[in-house]
Amino acid sequence: MSATTLPPASGPAPAAASGPAKDLRVAAALGRRRRAIALAVKAACYGATGIGLALLFSILGTLFWNGFAALDLKVFTEMTRPPGSGGGLLNPIIGSLIQTGIGTAIGTPIGLLVGTYLAEYSKASPLANAVRFVSDILLSAPSILIGLFVYQVLVVPFGGFSGWAGTAALAVIVIPIVVRTTEDMLRLLPDTLREAVIGLGAPKWKMVTLVCWRAAASGIVTGVLLAVARVAGETAPLLFTSLGNLNWSLSLAAPMSSLPVTIFAYAGSPYQDWIALAWAGALIITLGVLGLNIAARSLLRRK
Amino acid sequence: MQQAATPTADAAPPSGLPLRRGQSSGALGDAIFAAACRGAGVFVLLLLGAIILELFLGGLQAFRAFGPGFVTSTEWDPVQEVFGAGVSIYGTLITAVLALVFAVPLAFGVAFYLTELAPAWLKRPVGTAVELLAAVPSIIYGMWGFFLIVPFMSQVVQPFVIDTLGELPLLGDLFAGPPFGTGIFTAALILAIMVLPFIAATMRDVFETVPPVYKESAYGLGCTQWEVVRNVVLPYTRVSVVGGIMLGLGRALGETMAVTFVIGNANRISASLFGPGNTIASLVALEFGESELGSLKLSALLGLGFILFVISFIVLAASRLLLRQRLKG
Repeated sequence: MSATTLPPASGPAPAAASGPAKDLRVAAALGRRRRAIALAVKAACYGATGIGLALLFSILGTLFWNGFAALDLKVFTEMTRPPGSGGGLLNPIIGSLIQTGIGTAIGTPIGLLVGTYLAEYSKASPLANAVRFVSDILLSAPSILIGLFVYQVLVVPFGGFSGWAGTAALAVIVIPIVVRTTEDMLRLLPDTLREAVIGLGAPKWKMVTLVCWRAAASGIVTGVLLAVARVAGETAPLLFTSLGNLNWSLSLAAPMSSLPVTIFAYAGSPYQDWIALAWAGALIITLGVLGLNIAARSLLRRK
Repeated sequence: MQQAATPTADAAPPSGLPLRRGQSSGALGDAIFAAACRGAGVFVLLLLGAIILELFLGGLQAFRAFGPGFVTSTEWDPVQEVFGAGVSIYGTLITAVLALVFAVPLAFGVAFYLTELAPAWLKRPVGTAVELLAAVPSIIYGMWGFFLIVPFMSQVVQPFVIDTLGELPLLGDLFAGPPFGTGIFTAALILAIMVLPFIAATMRDVFETVPPVYKESAYGLGCTQWEVVRNVVLPYTRVSVVGGIMLGLGRALGETMAVTFVIGNANRISASLFGPGNTIASLVALEFGESELGSLKLSALLGLGFILFVISFIVLAASRLLLRQRLKG
């Protein structure tokens, strides 16, 4: 590239000596070159975006194609059965709902308080900076490690895999997501709002709970929805905590079935009907997760 | 908190006594609430500390048994009870780096398209599509890769590459071997697709922090779009772009389910990129079920988890330092 740039770059010196005509020719050539490069890069970027979109549609297309073929009412009404005898995904679906629901219910208040601490109480103290840093690390930390951690803390001492352990692992994943959105949303509020409330003589905790949280409610709910979407599809942390259960069980003290773990087990199996069920489960999860994401986005935009 | 709420100064008249009572209950409520918030913050700190500590304690038995050689040893023999982390650390690093090699140019293209090229009415739908790609659970990528990409690789891509590039004198070793479909290369490809939306979204966000005046001045001088991005946008956002790439690297290092489906699960380092391998996460996910409580193997797996945590911690911390300057201002 440098070899071809050199002549035009050194062009103007002799061109100035022999009149403006050559100068123009060099300029035109240089312009063509620049336009060609710009065009090539632009084409590559269109291509890259095209590839990205094609991948999304390929994933969704594969899911719909295989998922809808396997999806019928039995998937929602029947339990998991041994291969070759039909069955559905009722217990994994219920198990996923329970663990995701309770995990979110545990993680959200903690995350909300941490986010409030960072935005309202301590913006730049050493402790706040440390908490923010740690929360950001947790946000991107490999989820399988959170599963291993909960295994060490809740599975080994209590003598077995349990729904509670799975729930705890999911709660740990929920916390940093809620922290991030809560802090961001509270920071968007104008300080005049806070001053007005304090000026009316309200204590700070009322200012936060009754005014700030309410003003930032849609943003905070968005964060919670995104957190639900994220943990609903988590597989790795559940492998070592709630393990999965082929029988009907609503007890959080026993191993509990979940949709992602069941999909993992079924998709890797050699049985055609299990693989079909795995596709159906994958479709259900993806539709749920993407639906939650779209709902969260439109909630935020409406504000 | 709720108890303190009852006698508060909701409509406290500005006379002496009720106001004072209101203030004192407000002060109590404040103290409780502030303590709860700070307590939750400290809890998060302790949580991360506990994760590191528990993984380290879990791996202690293996660290003691194999010493520092645990990190470099490439042996993994459950029968002889000899465990080494070398193969899976190599697999983790090579798949993640290879994934970035594939993903970064694509992500840059998408970010360039979204910030400079796309017409206004297309920006949001395309941006949302990219973000939805990031929201798809990793197990779905795994299934998609296993049932769609693996057959495609083994029937179309790999035979072709092995017959062409594989014949080259030096480079050939990288692409030699039977076309299994699964392996390091396929895992890196799936990882690349997974981290692409993260890197693209971060790049787009940092590109948008460039003050419009800078770009307009460059356009006013007659720069093409590419020249504006190369000479104005990229120098301005260089640090954050690297931060975004590190964020993608952090995700790629610890990704479990997608890799587990397609990596091939073999405990050896093969010269060929098409050969099967292992990452820390996939090894832990696959072998965990076969290890007994208190066994050396389980300890080795937890030790692997500790090593993975250290690696991701360094990468994520670096990414955060680089990104904070721009995005959080």
